[in-house]
Amino acid sequence: MRKIILFALFSITVCCIIYSCQSAGEIEQAKYLTSGKDIYIKNCQNCHGANGEGLGELAPPLTDTIFLKANKSQLACIIKNGSSKGVTIHGKKYEGKMPAFEKMADIDVAQVIVYITNSFGNKQGMYKYEQVPFDLEKCK
Amino acid sequence: MKNLLKYLPILFIFGIGCKDEPKRLPFLQMETTQKTVDGKVVEDTIFRTIPTFKFLNQDSVEVTDKDFNNSIYVADFFFTTCPTICPTMHRNLFKVYQKFEHNPTVKFASHTIDVKYDKPSVMKAYAKKLGIKGNNWQFLWGTRDQIYAIAERNYLVAVTEDNKAPGGFVHQGYLILVDKQKRIRGAYDGTVDADVQKLMTDIDILLKEY
Repeated sequence: MRKIILFALFSITVCCIIYSCQSAGEIEQAKYLTSGKDIYIKNCQNCHGANGEGLGELAPPLTDTIFLKANKSQLACIIKNGSSKGVTIHGKKYEGKMPAFEKMADIDVAQVIVYITNSFGNKQGMYKYEQVPFDLEKCK
Repeated sequence: MKNLLKYLPILFIFGIGCKDEPKRLPFLQMETTQKTVDGKVVEDTIFRTIPTFKFLNQDSVEVTDKDFNNSIYVADFFFTTCPTICPTMHRNLFKVYQKFEHNPTVKFASHTIDVKYDKPSVMKAYAKKLGIKGNNWQFLWGTRDQIYAIAERNYLVAVTEDNKAPGGFVHQGYLILVDKQKRIRGAYDGTVDADVQKLMTDIDILLKEY
């Protein structure tokens, strides 16, 4: 009997540890999301809109999940270096230039990417700031 | 019953207080001067008006103040490469434009403050991308001096060049409402939603004057 109780307690503890491990990741993502939202409002919302709806044909919407997923490793480049190539979003061509946000720190870039890729109907999970320098090296 | 009668006048006053006054927009640049006519002191009111101007629009067609005769208009100052407040201003002004799209007596005049880059062709592309059709919304281009002077002296909007600012220019995001006699009747912060809502209702009020 005693063994069973001990085993039960042990397995509950292990479960708790595993469970809290998962939520630590979730908490981190939540942190990224809230900071990312502030950064978005400050830097991105002017053109891309409060709901990521874009602005006419001047600024593309941020609601094209397929584009965001396919170009996730390029998002840091687009934010830091700007973009003048033009993009095709939802099958529509946008030729406007996006200004560069050179002074944005890696952590801010990561947070705003997490916010964008997990808002406006997107749900693509975490993007850690450690990833930013790697992605920046591979800018096209 | 007597008690009720006692309160009646108070209720009456409340009733009057609640009644909608016929609203009228103020004149933002009004001066009253006193002068003596036939020995009597007479008050004279002078309204400052927007002077004559001549700019090129997005189609490289000359636009003058006469093109705004018989219409009220909303004026603002922007530049197409502006990364800060202009997109928000024009996102909001576009809502106003859509509301009055089919009313030829409501016009819009956006002046560029980046005259080196924003040539009419650049503004044409900008207007098209924003979704502007027809010529109710004019994008005006002139010399730097013409535009900066009319902004600061007449529309009372501060604009300057500043290399340190994002985009290279500093300016205020006011939307200026001008009536048919070219008097300024309102100024609204184009980056604030509540102000833009007020602009829409104020345009309706102003239209009723005519």
